[in-house]
Amino acid sequence: MASKPAALGLACKEPAWLRLCLIGLTIAFLGLFLFLPLITVFAEALRKGIGAYFESFNNPDARSAIYLTLLTAGISVPANVVFGLAASWAIGKFDFKGRSLLITLIDIPFAVSPVISGLIYVLLFGLQGWLGPWLIRHNLQVIFAVPGIVLATIFVTFPFVAREVIPLMHEQDTDEEQAAISLGASGWQTFRRVTLPNVKWAVLYGVILCNARAMGEFGAVSVVSGHIRGQTNTMPLHVEILYNEYNFVAAFAVASLLALLALVTLGFKTILAWKIRQSAGAAGEAA
Amino acid sequence: MAFRKRSVLPGFGLTLGYSVLYLSLIVLIPLSALFFKTASVGVSHFWQTVTDPRAFASYRLTFGASLVGAAINAVFGFAVAWTLVRYDFPGKRVMDALVDLPFALPTAVSGIALTTLYTEKGWVGHYLSALGIKAAFTPLGVAIALTFIGLPFVVRTLQPAIEDLDAGVEEAAATLGANRKQTFFRVIFPLIFPPLLTGFALAFARALGEYGSVVFISGNMPFRTEITSLLIISKLEQYDYAGATSLAVVMLAVSFLLLLFINSLQGIYGRRRAGGA
Repeated sequence: MASKPAALGLACKEPAWLRLCLIGLTIAFLGLFLFLPLITVFAEALRKGIGAYFESFNNPDARSAIYLTLLTAGISVPANVVFGLAASWAIGKFDFKGRSLLITLIDIPFAVSPVISGLIYVLLFGLQGWLGPWLIRHNLQVIFAVPGIVLATIFVTFPFVAREVIPLMHEQDTDEEQAAISLGASGWQTFRRVTLPNVKWAVLYGVILCNARAMGEFGAVSVVSGHIRGQTNTMPLHVEILYNEYNFVAAFAVASLLALLALVTLGFKTILAWKIRQSAGAAGEAA
Repeated sequence: MAFRKRSVLPGFGLTLGYSVLYLSLIVLIPLSALFFKTASVGVSHFWQTVTDPRAFASYRLTFGASLVGAAINAVFGFAVAWTLVRYDFPGKRVMDALVDLPFALPTAVSGIALTTLYTEKGWVGHYLSALGIKAAFTPLGVAIALTFIGLPFVVRTLQPAIEDLDAGVEEAAATLGANRKQTFFRVIFPLIFPPLLTGFALAFARALGEYGSVVFISGNMPFRTEITSLLIISKLEQYDYAGATSLAVVMLAVSFLLLLFINSLQGIYGRRRAGGA
């Protein structure tokens, strides 16, 4: 690089004024579309002071919304982790017919818009739905209740873990696992001691993204929730209700918790992406 | 040929069985409900619902605003991706990490924040209203929300493509006497056009189905600022399941077609890259 003639280096760069313009444009565009909305959330939440901010959380509806959001994420994230690991073991470590079809099917929920993701469960479990009459006879409620919210959330976050882990498991060939098996390790031991440590950063990366979406999902959950205060309102739905009641400070206070979650998610995501690159680089050198 | 190649590793049956079962229960069976429901609607009722003037107005807004948002992102996202890959400036790493904010921020939060910014009294809105432009509660507001939502798609698709550009090609062009402008338009741009198109299509596809960030800023007036997702919800609230389902099938068909287009684009692009290496 250093031996490159200076004139050639210059010819491969944009002139200084253009570089400055592009940097300025980038800062202006990201500032307008990313920073300003983010700052607005916190500015509006603190508009009436720190006291009013914390007062927003001191009511049963807000607390039940926070609880329901944690519960929903607490069920849907582990469910999708188990699926992601099972699917990536089957797809990543074995070669079978229909493999690529299965990969395509796993990605479907990303192509389905949030409102439709909620709608399909209403069609299945709602009053006029396939299973509606059966559910009523057995006194069970899925739609306009917590199970519906959890199901819709599992659907929209379905591919996150699987799509991070499948390619990685596929890349790392099965030599290490075969060695472990031939040395007498059981299948479960092999998975836990050999495979899992190799993919742990990718799993964590998937979990972080899955969790952010699970806690923040709005459209799908809005369709199945029924918006019953204190019962079927998650945090994003609670934000909507407060905002529509012109209770802006409270709406933005709850929103600020979700924005903090987003910032923490981005931080972890950046660190993990770096970790994954590093371990992939180390594996490349070893091979 | 056997169903699968032989392997000494255990657990294939169990993990594949579980994956297929879970996939069927969570995704395939519920989605098939959509198509069975449509089949029971009847052709004439289906056609009447999806060609209703109010539905047409919602398609026009949804497609139009999504196109505008994706186009803005294609232009500015390109500049952002180029700057983030090629230049150094203070705060670059923070900006790079923040590009994913629209993915990470719950859509309802983006929705109320953008609305507050762009109403007549908002930080940005009062400058616009001084110019006689109304943003919130107009189609322009919808386009702004959809620009926000689509931003990461273009930038994140372009970044690796720009990083992968072979410096040798640019140097060769320069040694052969091309100036920077010629090198850019004749050498660099053709190489990154396929990923740019992919990013554009991804942003467009995401915008078509977007709901949370739009409903607050749009004002939701039928015929004027009502997106198709919202029309589906209002049909559901009136217990018009048949109507909601019909519109949903139209939307879903469009997004699957787009997905097909994106996949074939990536296929062509991937082959070309593999062939060049």
